[in-house]
Amino acid sequence: MGEQGNKPSTNKRKIALALSIIPGLGQFYNKQWLKGLIFLVLTGSFFVAFSDLLQFGFWGLVTLGSDPAYDHSIVLLVEGILTVLITILGLGIYVLNLNDAFKVGKQRDLNEQPNSVRQQYQNLVGGGFPYLMMTPGFLLLIFVVIFPILFVILLAFTNYDLYHSPPANLVEWVGFQNFIEIFQIPIWRNTFFSVLAWTIIWTFGATTLQVGLGIFLAVLMNQKGIVLQKTIRTIFILPWAVPPFVSILVFAGMFNETFGTINEDILAIFGLGDIPWLTNPTYTKIALIMIQTWLGFPFIFAMVTGVLQSIPNELYEAAEVDGATVMQKFKAITLPLVLYATAPIMITQYTFNFNNFNVIFLFNGGGPAVPDQNAGGTDILISWIYSLTMTSAQYGKAAAITMILSLIVITVALWQFRRTKSFQEEDMM
Amino acid sequence: MRSNKQNIVQLTLSYIVIIAMITIILYPILWIIGSSLNPGNSLSGSSIIPSDATFEHYQELFDLEKSNYLLWYWNTIKICLLTMAISVALVCMTAYSFSRFRFYGRKNGLMTFLILQMIPNFAALIAIYALANLTNLLDTHLALILVYTGGAIPMNTYLMKGYLDTIPKELDESARIDGAGNFRVFWQIVLPLAKPMIAVVSLFTFITPFTDFILARILLRTEEKFTLAVGLYELIADQFGNEFTLFAAGSVLIALPISILFLSLQKYFVSGLTAGGTKG
Repeated sequence: MGEQGNKPSTNKRKIALALSIIPGLGQFYNKQWLKGLIFLVLTGSFFVAFSDLLQFGFWGLVTLGSDPAYDHSIVLLVEGILTVLITILGLGIYVLNLNDAFKVGKQRDLNEQPNSVRQQYQNLVGGGFPYLMMTPGFLLLIFVVIFPILFVILLAFTNYDLYHSPPANLVEWVGFQNFIEIFQIPIWRNTFFSVLAWTIIWTFGATTLQVGLGIFLAVLMNQKGIVLQKTIRTIFILPWAVPPFVSILVFAGMFNETFGTINEDILAIFGLGDIPWLTNPTYTKIALIMIQTWLGFPFIFAMVTGVLQSIPNELYEAAEVDGATVMQKFKAITLPLVLYATAPIMITQYTFNFNNFNVIFLFNGGGPAVPDQNAGGTDILISWIYSLTMTSAQYGKAAAITMILSLIVITVALWQFRRTKSFQEEDMM
Repeated sequence: MRSNKQNIVQLTLSYIVIIAMITIILYPILWIIGSSLNPGNSLSGSSIIPSDATFEHYQELFDLEKSNYLLWYWNTIKICLLTMAISVALVCMTAYSFSRFRFYGRKNGLMTFLILQMIPNFAALIAIYALANLTNLLDTHLALILVYTGGAIPMNTYLMKGYLDTIPKELDESARIDGAGNFRVFWQIVLPLAKPMIAVVSLFTFITPFTDFILARILLRTEEKFTLAVGLYELIADQFGNEFTLFAAGSVLIALPISILFLSLQKYFVSGLTAGGTKG
């Protein structure tokens, strides 16, 4: 806006900008009657349509209601977010209006002919095409993804739980209370740190095992001289092909202490038929990690097999000429190439297991229960959030923990994506 | 001579590992098939190869009077197909805009997608539950379809955009010279060329709702509206072990068609996931 220098003496751009404080007037001043009228009508209808919402929306968002008989705090919260979104939209149009008035004013200052209505229409259709195409997707995204995220963020700063629950009671803003309580009240602190510790052990244990097994089997199957290679590979992919919720529930049956086949048939042979798989947290954890390894290795196996088949044979032949052993070839050729090609996917495996609700919940419901904490013995953060929400109605706390969890995931993911190519290439982005 | 001997040892060890792995993989599958053929409700006294195998549990599942299983199957297929259709349409439109146009807000839009695809959409489960409750969408399939579709957009748009970027822009331009408009270029030039990636996105957006448990569990309340994942869970969670054979039959009927579908389309999965991981 600042550059003026040797521009002509007329100041139509500034007048147009000032008049546009009331949308449309600047355009009238620029003699763009149709456009001005559209802006004016748009502004008027915006205020008519949303005046109630704008008034009560902000009031509700700030107070969350004053009388439980009339005000439903959560409804007010939702309306509040809606108001904020609509306000942002309105401000966007307003800025567009100011910008347009200024630009046309500047054209007039420079004695250029402003675009005719016809040209403007063509500009709108041409330049507006991408916006038009994206609108449906974006609207859906705003309502089912962004809206819930905003809601959770706000909820983390309220005392919404069983005792502060509409319609009987009001919900109040409590600032950072939830976060402070998670770290200060002993039972919450104990639970949080033991759940976090197990989440981390689980993520690294299960993922590393499945990645390791996947790579190992892929290399194994890539040897020359293995018969029925195709059939065996297909069998190795099978655990990936079965929907995981089916496999996990089947495993829950297999590990069952009264009729499960693991204790009854397999371990009974070794005289170990009474291992408490589902009632002792340590055994449940071992079972969970084994199950996830079973579920997860085929994906890595398939991926690494693809990479291995693309490694040129000459590399190995050259190594053999130099007298390299099997281990040396693996360490110097195979592993670096495989890791280089699959590193990003490996990292997504870690973030996937970090949030792997299905296996934890479907196998044993996060249980067994353990004393001195309000989460089950094998609950990871996401399944703890689930039970806080669905069974103990601790919405505020659950939202606070969700924020902590999201922060961890986003940090890891951003760190990963910063390293990928597309992030650095200007045109890709 | 020595290397020959070494080779034999290595191969023998490999075969031992392979046989062990095949056993570990196939045992649960055979066990559940065996269980589904066992007469009676519980498994006590049963064997993996029942001597008096029966299909009565399968018959019970197909009997609409006795079980909601077919209903769940129908619900799941319906939800998955609708999610797939809507997602593919929205993803193609959004990805085309991101790939072919340079417009104000494009970079911020892409950044938003990038960050959104990192957070699993069920992380906001409290909000989804509360919002569905407020809008009276709790216990409707519409809510599930909307949430699945919204959740599918960011990641799949990235996949699709990455693919569209590889289609030469000269093709668009020559079509434009021949007088084709924006929409026509999209519909007649770009989309036909993007078929392989459309297949991948369709597959992903079909299978994700199929295997989802948590969102369906939160949003669906009545038994007639359950999806397979929730229904199957309820089947054994209520009275674990007492209806295990019925559950086993239900599992087999899900695993079989999905595995066949998966194995025949496996190359699409691998190519899609590789592209998603490396292109970001």
